[in-house]
Amino acid sequence: MEELLTGLEKLWSGFLGIVIFGVLIAVLFFIGSRFRGRLSRPAAILIFLGPAALLLVMGLIVPAIRTIFASTQDASGNEFVGWANYQWIFDSQFDIIVNSILWIVITPIAATALGLTLALLLDRMRREAVAKSFIFMPMAISFVGASIIWSLIYEYRAPDKPQVGLLSQIVMWLGVDDPPKWLLWQPFNNYLLMVIMVWIQVGFAMVVLSAAIKAIPSDVVEAAELDGATGWKLFSRVTIPMIRGTLIVVVTTIMFAVLKIFDIVRVMTNGNYGTQIVANEMYAQAFVQFDVGRGSALAVVLFVAVIPLIVFNVVQLRKDRATR
Amino acid sequence: MSVEAHEMPRLPDVDPLEDKPESIPQAARRKLSSPWASFIVVVITFLWTIPTLGLLITSLRPAADAQNSGWWTFFANPAVTFSNYAEVITGGDTIPSGITPYFFNSFAIAIPAAIFPLTLACMAAYALAWVRFKWSTAVFFGIFALQVVPLQMALLPLLQMFNLGWSLGPIPIFPDLNRPGSEQSLLAGTYIPLWIAHTMFALPLAIFLIHNFIAQLPRDLMEAARVDGASHFLIFRKIVLPLSVPAIASFAIFQFLWVWNDLLVALTFAGGTPDVAPVTAYLANVKGTYGAQLHLITAGAFIAIVVPLIVFFALQRYFVRGLLAGSVKG
Repeated sequence: MEELLTGLEKLWSGFLGIVIFGVLIAVLFFIGSRFRGRLSRPAAILIFLGPAALLLVMGLIVPAIRTIFASTQDASGNEFVGWANYQWIFDSQFDIIVNSILWIVITPIAATALGLTLALLLDRMRREAVAKSFIFMPMAISFVGASIIWSLIYEYRAPDKPQVGLLSQIVMWLGVDDPPKWLLWQPFNNYLLMVIMVWIQVGFAMVVLSAAIKAIPSDVVEAAELDGATGWKLFSRVTIPMIRGTLIVVVTTIMFAVLKIFDIVRVMTNGNYGTQIVANEMYAQAFVQFDVGRGSALAVVLFVAVIPLIVFNVVQLRKDRATR
Repeated sequence: MSVEAHEMPRLPDVDPLEDKPESIPQAARRKLSSPWASFIVVVITFLWTIPTLGLLITSLRPAADAQNSGWWTFFANPAVTFSNYAEVITGGDTIPSGITPYFFNSFAIAIPAAIFPLTLACMAAYALAWVRFKWSTAVFFGIFALQVVPLQMALLPLLQMFNLGWSLGPIPIFPDLNRPGSEQSLLAGTYIPLWIAHTMFALPLAIFLIHNFIAQLPRDLMEAARVDGASHFLIFRKIVLPLSVPAIASFAIFQFLWVWNDLLVALTFAGGTPDVAPVTAYLANVKGTYGAQLHLITAGAFIAIVVPLIVFFALQRYFVRGLLAGSVKG
């Protein structure tokens, strides 16, 4: 009962926040609509754009600059150390970089390939909506939730005891007497963690690619079929080229998500047993070790890695648009 | 030069989860459809659902069963209890603190953190699309480009700002809100840093997407209203907002779920206390400390994912649109 009351109190403060925000906006609008004549336009621009611009400057632009600056400082941020933090990443944290690259390459390709396969299969079946919903569902689940779901699958028990983890049990049914401790099983534990991300992202790839496949003009397919293209040939010469742009968007979008993923590794292994990646190490350095310099340098590494993905994505889409 | 020309990934505008009436060639293609295709899809659908099913079943089993046997043995030995949920909700002998306060926190964080950026983004998008000024295109591009800044780049400086204040030389930009004689900021233990942080991080994408929608509203309508002497504020309230409901709904759902599922911002700005931390932070904590209590952790996880799942199944159409549009966020 008491908990419910504190709960209501919490919802009340949320509601209060919304009300105060609403009043602020209303006051701004009221002030803005007082301006007449030549001043009305600049006032409107200031009031409509001002709050967002202020938050963007304070929340993203200035912090990004400060982070770049902090990455050249020592742990407490008092002394200039030049490239030392980056040196540290590339000298002693090389495993983390390798792991991150594996994540960025393997996960998007696996998820997209599986998503594409599903999209093609769905194109050939009735009542696809139900299947789509269920495959897409993991996308609504948080990474933390997904990690707990999958820790049930990777749970290890001694082989003479009844098994709790599904994977161990399946492997034992298949005749392996002594299944490994999955999450400690280097280097394969990395791939087991990637499976979680693939599980989440396949639905996204499938839904987007399925829509792209349905959007291929039917006369193109018919013409190809008249020319005798079937099966693999139809797929590799017609379908793939027609959805190339969407494929690239899907791969880069998943890469983008993978690059910054932090929750799965944190919850499953906390980066131990050779599973550390850049985003989690950044959190560990910045908020556990309180090494602002190294944490910032890792954040900058992420930032630099994101840029080419975005640029590539945008360029590809513009090109795609131009040819259409 | 028009800003609309620089839209982004317009993903195919088909409702992806809806069965469309099929065209004739499609119907012809279906004749070729093999039962194998259906079979493989059914198998994969099953495989994709099993992990979540396992979670649900484990959370409903008595403690001894859940810890000493796999959830699949449930079918041979069905015993159902709700005591795991009772213990996780109120706290109990094993895990002293229950999930309830965190659950309420999640709502108190996610609902405002969806409304604030949406409102500000609608306003900014309207100014960029219809008030137009000398640099509006440049500003729009600048905001678009800000999407490349990962969350991680902003976390540390923002935390400093909330805790210690910021000033540019002598000019205070964000006040130092420390209570006199204490190490605690006035903002500590409130949702405000979380709301502000989520709003800041959501803005680039929100402005970009809503701008794309608002810019396509009929020009005649806007001009007619201007000619009738309506102020920008009136047009915004009476024309733009009502017409933008579909875009707003999609993005609101996306942003709500994004905030609900977020762990990084929560851990950074809320810590793990029941005062303000959301369910994700609770789960991450409990998983780390009581990893062996499978029956309780699964019950907690199910409570945490049930909200997004309800949103997902009830509002699937909006959800998918929002998600497709917002998939580049981060």
